[in-house]
Amino acid sequence: MDQNTKIIELRNISKSFNGEQVLKGINLDIHDKEFITLLGPSGCGKTTTLRIIGGFVTPDAGDVCFLGEKINSLPPYKRKVNTVFQKYALFPHLDVFENVAFGLRLVKTPEKEIVSRVREMLALVNLSGFEARSVDLLSGGQQQRVAIARALVNNPKVLLLDEPLGALDLKLRKEMQFELKKIQQRLGITFVYVTHDQEEALTMSDTVVVMNGGIIQQIGTPQDIYNEPVNAFTASFIGESNIVPGIMHADYLVEFEGRNYECVDMGFDKDEPVEVVVRPEDIEITPASAEFLCGTVTAVTFKGVHYEMLVECLGKTWRVHSTDFSPVGSEIGLRITPEDIHIMHRSPESSQTASDSEEGGEEN
Amino acid sequence: MIKLNAKWASYPYIVWMILFTVLPLLLIIYFAFTDRTGAFTFDNIEQAAAYLPTLVKSIYLAAIATVICLVFAYPFAYAMSRLSFSRQKMMTMLVMLPMWMNFLLRTYAWQALLEDNGVINSLLTSIGLSPLKLINTSGAVVLGMVYNYIPYMILPLYSVMTKIDKSLVEAAGDLGAGFFATFRRVVLPLSMPGIISGTTMVFVPAVSTFVISGMLGGAENYLIGDLIEAQFLGNSYDLNCGSATSLLLMVVVLITMAIFNRLDSEDAEEALL
Repeated sequence: MDQNTKIIELRNISKSFNGEQVLKGINLDIHDKEFITLLGPSGCGKTTTLRIIGGFVTPDAGDVCFLGEKINSLPPYKRKVNTVFQKYALFPHLDVFENVAFGLRLVKTPEKEIVSRVREMLALVNLSGFEARSVDLLSGGQQQRVAIARALVNNPKVLLLDEPLGALDLKLRKEMQFELKKIQQRLGITFVYVTHDQEEALTMSDTVVVMNGGIIQQIGTPQDIYNEPVNAFTASFIGESNIVPGIMHADYLVEFEGRNYECVDMGFDKDEPVEVVVRPEDIEITPASAEFLCGTVTAVTFKGVHYEMLVECLGKTWRVHSTDFSPVGSEIGLRITPEDIHIMHRSPESSQTASDSEEGGEEN
Repeated sequence: MIKLNAKWASYPYIVWMILFTVLPLLLIIYFAFTDRTGAFTFDNIEQAAAYLPTLVKSIYLAAIATVICLVFAYPFAYAMSRLSFSRQKMMTMLVMLPMWMNFLLRTYAWQALLEDNGVINSLLTSIGLSPLKLINTSGAVVLGMVYNYIPYMILPLYSVMTKIDKSLVEAAGDLGAGFFATFRRVVLPLSMPGIISGTTMVFVPAVSTFVISGMLGGAENYLIGDLIEAQFLGNSYDLNCGSATSLLLMVVVLITMAIFNRLDSEDAEEALL
């Protein structure tokens, strides 16, 4: 098997709960040794997708394939995948060792092998010496590690992780992100990771699957997802964005906010209405001049690495991240270079989402 | 300001316990070891020891009833704990409903059903079958115990099972455990506290019952409870001997429960290894 082997395929998966459709025709290929992240807001269907792969939920329509074989109705205990549950789901009546050994005991592994493999896994997650501890006496981070060891000891082909770091504090979360990635690379198995945290998704993944409303919005590398969002939802969910309507006059030429800008996008219809995405950190502030789009600073927040400024230009609020400081009330120009401009096709749905999320952004 | 954790908040309960638990117990002990003149004696204990066969029979019947309750209640409580919340509430009501009816009345009803000319036998003869000997058998006593005490088995089991996180069952399945392995390695050990409190709550009243055995068991099923009743209220009035018998019963029940609990926890551990 190599990295091009499709280990799991989802074909036209639909699922409803109590008449509410949570998945609307999901198509997804998961390759061997890949770190793939399902990313989206709560209720987008990412956890349901994971549970379908794990076998806890049966899809209403569509197929789940494992190495080309249909496994729609195969119960979880017969699948070669293991899950790290959101709240860890450690067995409270067993100590750390027995929790990790659980899967090995079920297949009647010799005691000697159990001991060596459990030790090996606990070493992998930095919990050597915790064998006899009660799981109730562990910290959240330690419980998390036991859950990972308990799943990995069974040598799964695929490890499913359902928001595993959600309950940890920021510092621990960062450490665990790094460690999980390291473990994944060392063991060379496929990780399917569910999160609503875009930063986590971008940091760890080989592939990010952006989901919203039971539909996959975009599949791509973290760089693709961030730099070339295909619609306003992705653009506004991944990182922060200024999204404005524009008109694509020709290849490499777009008009928005009453000005023509050179850009790097092509292949649109002549004068096609489009959506223009500009990341706040890509905008450079300059003294106001007729050369640039100009506006008044209405708010400044210190964010540590940079200042976040809201700039009112032609009745529209632009979000700008810059290490340069401009006081509230000052007139500034916004310099936007061709590489900073990302053009997206406009769809009725995406423009709707865009304005929704923009409103949400301004309230903050 | 009133503090909820203030020490004095427990005083009324301590007074209550002293008045109605500790003091009566001391009285029982006093009567058990004295004769009618108040002099110290072992005679009562010796006399009570002669009732050992009756005590053994009581323990035997109560143990059978407890096992039957457990066997029926366990799957029922498990199924109940997996229902939707509103259904669970309805089922709890149905389980508790008979408990709101008078205990004596319920046992009378069984008497009417099981009698030689009772409902069941009338039904059997009317369809041409020969009548059965139902009333005044050990079976009738066990039936009465099961019927009356099974809610005390179901409720603690149910309350423990609702607390078993569904994700633990899923996790067991995920790690390769099928239905039986999940039951044996996860559900059973986690429901052990319910099993222990359920068996205690059924066994203890069953072993000392006198109503059920008196109404359904007849002379052949004279149990330790009947004996104690007769010594305190009945024709063989003997306060001292009755106290000694009660004390004996209490000690035997405590020992039985201790052994049972011990076995239980060992079983649980063995099941996991």
